[in-house]
Amino acid sequence: MITRALLADDRTGKWFLAIVLGLAIVVPILHLAVPETSPFHISTATLALLGKYLCFALLALSLDLVWGYCGILSLGHGAFFALGGYAMGMYLMRQIGTRGVYAHPVLPDFMVFLNWKELPWYWYGFENAWFAFLMVMAVPGLLAFVFGWFAFRSRVTGVYLSIITQALTYALMLAFFRNDMGFGGNNGLTDFKDILGFPVQANTTRAALFAASAVALALGYLAARAIVSSRLGKVLVSIRDAESRTRFLGYRVEHYKTFVFTVSAIMAGVAGALYVPQVGIINPSEFLPANSIEVVIWVAVGGRGTLAGAALGAVLVNYAKTTFTTGLLAPYWLFALGALFVVTTIWLPKGILGKFNDLWERWRSSRAEKTETKPAPVPQLAE
Amino acid sequence: MTTLVPTDAPAPLTPSLLYLDGVTVSFDGFRALNALSLQIAPGEMRAIIGPNGAGKTTMMDVITGKTRPDTGEVLFDHGIDLTRLDEASIANLGIGRKFQKPTVFESHTVEDNILLALKGDRRARSVIVARTSQAEAQRIDEILEIAGLSAQRDRLAGLLSHGQKQWLEIGMLLAQDPKLLLVDEPVAGMTDAETEATAALLRRISAADHSVVVVEHDMAFVRALGVKVTCLHEGSVLAEGAIDTVSENPRVIEVYLGR
Ligand SMILES: Nc1ncnc2c1ncn2[C@@H]1O[C@H](COP(=O)(O)OP(=O)(O)O)[C@@H](O)[C@H]1O
Ligand SMILES: [Mg+2]
Repeated sequence: MITRALLADDRTGKWFLAIVLGLAIVVPILHLAVPETSPFHISTATLALLGKYLCFALLALSLDLVWGYCGILSLGHGAFFALGGYAMGMYLMRQIGTRGVYAHPVLPDFMVFLNWKELPWYWYGFENAWFAFLMVMAVPGLLAFVFGWFAFRSRVTGVYLSIITQALTYALMLAFFRNDMGFGGNNGLTDFKDILGFPVQANTTRAALFAASAVALALGYLAARAIVSSRLGKVLVSIRDAESRTRFLGYRVEHYKTFVFTVSAIMAGVAGALYVPQVGIINPSEFLPANSIEVVIWVAVGGRGTLAGAALGAVLVNYAKTTFTTGLLAPYWLFALGALFVVTTIWLPKGILGKFNDLWERWRSSRAEKTETKPAPVPQLAE
Repeated sequence: MTTLVPTDAPAPLTPSLLYLDGVTVSFDGFRALNALSLQIAPGEMRAIIGPNGAGKTTMMDVITGKTRPDTGEVLFDHGIDLTRLDEASIANLGIGRKFQKPTVFESHTVEDNILLALKGDRRARSVIVARTSQAEAQRIDEILEIAGLSAQRDRLAGLLSHGQKQWLEIGMLLAQDPKLLLVDEPVAGMTDAETEATAALLRRISAADHSVVVVEHDMAFVRALGVKVTCLHEGSVLAEGAIDTVSENPRVIEVYLGR
C-alpha cells in the first residue's frame, strides 16, 4: 500500500525496482538451475561480481541521499561502508570456531598469533547473528550521528565538511591498520567459513547473498524515496539550495542534516555488511580516502539527486573498472576514471539518468504539442 | 531639527514589540551599527531609509540572529532577549525576513515554497510525517492569490521573473504569519506598477495586525506607504518622523537625499 503510494508518480522507481527484484530472482536461477554448459549459465565469479556491484549501488544510493538531496558532499562514506563490513566480518570470524589454523575455540587466528589470551570486550556478542546485524547498522549510524551532530552544529559546510569527512575515513584507516586495535591489522578479517550456519563458499549461499543484496538495494531505494518525497525531503532540498533561508524560516538545519546523514550511514553500513561475505575479506584498505572519492564519481556519472541514477552509475563505472583492470588497459584505469568525471561534469552535469529524464520530458512535451491544438503551458526546464 | 531622536529616550510606557537599545556591531573595527536604538510598536509599520552602507541590512541581521551585537539590547515581545537565540528560534518566535536579494527555493515549485514557509511545527520528526491538511491547502491558495502567483503555482521558483520572486518571498513571509516582518528592499528591480502593488500589499499586511519594518531606497515607494520613517546613517538613527519632516531635515538632505 505505502509502496504503491510512494511509487505513484515515480516512473523511474518502478523500473528500477522491477529490474532489481527481477535480478534477485533471475540471477540465482541462472546460477543454480541452468547447467554450466548452457550459454545462459552465470558462473560463481560473475555472480560474486554482480553481488559486489549491487552493494556498491546501495552505497552510491546512500551517498546520493545526502549529497544529491541535502548538498552534503561526504568524501568519507567509504568509512561507514567499511565499518558495516567489519561488523559483519567480526560475526563471520566468530563463526569459524575451531576450524581456524590454531583451532582456538574463541579467539580468531590473528589474536592467537598476537599471543592474546582473551577476546577484547568489543568483540563480545558478535557470535550472535542478531547482535552483529544490529551493530552493522548501529556502529556506522552512531558514528555518523556523533560526527554530524558536532560538524553540523558548528555549521561546517562545503569544502571544509568534505575535508573533515576525508580526515575521518583516513584516521579510521590508520587505526584499523594497527594490530593492537584488535581488527586483524593490515590483513583484516578473512578465511570465513559459515554465515547463519551455511557455508559462505557454497553456490546456494552465494546465490542467497546476491538476492539479499538486491532486496537490500530495493529496500534502500524505498526508504530513500520515502524520505525525499516527504515534506522533510523538501526541507532537505531547501537546505541544499539556500541553507540560511531555511534557517530563517525556522527550520533547525543541523537536526535535518544529522538525521539524513545518519540514515545514509546506516544504508552504507548495510551495503558493506553484504559486501564482505561475497568478497570474502575486509581489510583497512576499504577505508582508503580514494575509495570514498570514487563513490562520488559513481553518483555524479549516474545522476546526482536521482537515487536510481546513483545506483546505475555505481554499476556502470564498476563494470568499466572490471573490464579495464582485467585487460591490457589496466594501468590507465585511474586516468579513465578521471576523464569520465571531467566528461560528465562538463557534458552531463545531471548525469546519465538526469540527461535521460530531460530527453524524455522534451520528447513528451514535443509530442503533446503536436497532438494538442492548444499548446500546453508546460514550462520548459531552461538549461 | 525637530525630529532628531533623543538617544537617551526612556523605556517606553507602551510595550514595544521590538526594542533595540544601544546596539553596536563592529566588523574589524568598523562600526556598521553604532549605538542604534529603535522601537517598533505592535501592529506598526515603519520605513527605514538611509544611504548604502548605513547599516540597514546589518540591523536586520542582528534582529534575526545572523549577527551578534557587540553591545546593546535587542528585545522582542515582552522582553525576550534575541541576542541569545539562533536564527531558527527567532523565526519560530514570529519574526520573518525577506532578503535584499530575493532568495526563494529555486528547485521547488512556487506552491512548495509557500508550503514550506507555512506556520507550523518545524521539528524534523513532525515534518517527516506531515501531510498537507485541508486548512493548509486553503491557506496556500489564499496566499498565492494575494501574491498574484496562482497561475504560476506549479512552476519551479527558479523560473520566475525577478519581480515574481520578490512577490513569492513576500508570500512566504505571509505564510509564516509572523508578528514582525522585516522586509529588505522589496521593490528593487520592480516596475512602477509592481512597486505600487507591493506598497498596497504591505499596507494590507500591517493592517492585519502585523508589525512591518521595510527598508527601502525608493522614496516614491516610502511615500506610498505613508508611515513613520527612520533614517539611518553610519549605524545610528539620524532622524525619525513623518516622511515630509524627515526629508526636509537638512542633515538627511546632506547625507542622503541631496546626492
Ligand atoms: N559581514 C560583514 N563583514 C564586514 N563588513 C560588513 C559585513 N556586513 C556588513 N558590513 C559593512 O557594514 C556596513 C553596513 O552594511 P549594510 O548593513 O549592508 O548596509 P545597508 O544595508 O544599509 O546598505 C557596510 O559598510 C558594509 O560593508
Ligand atoms: Mg542592505
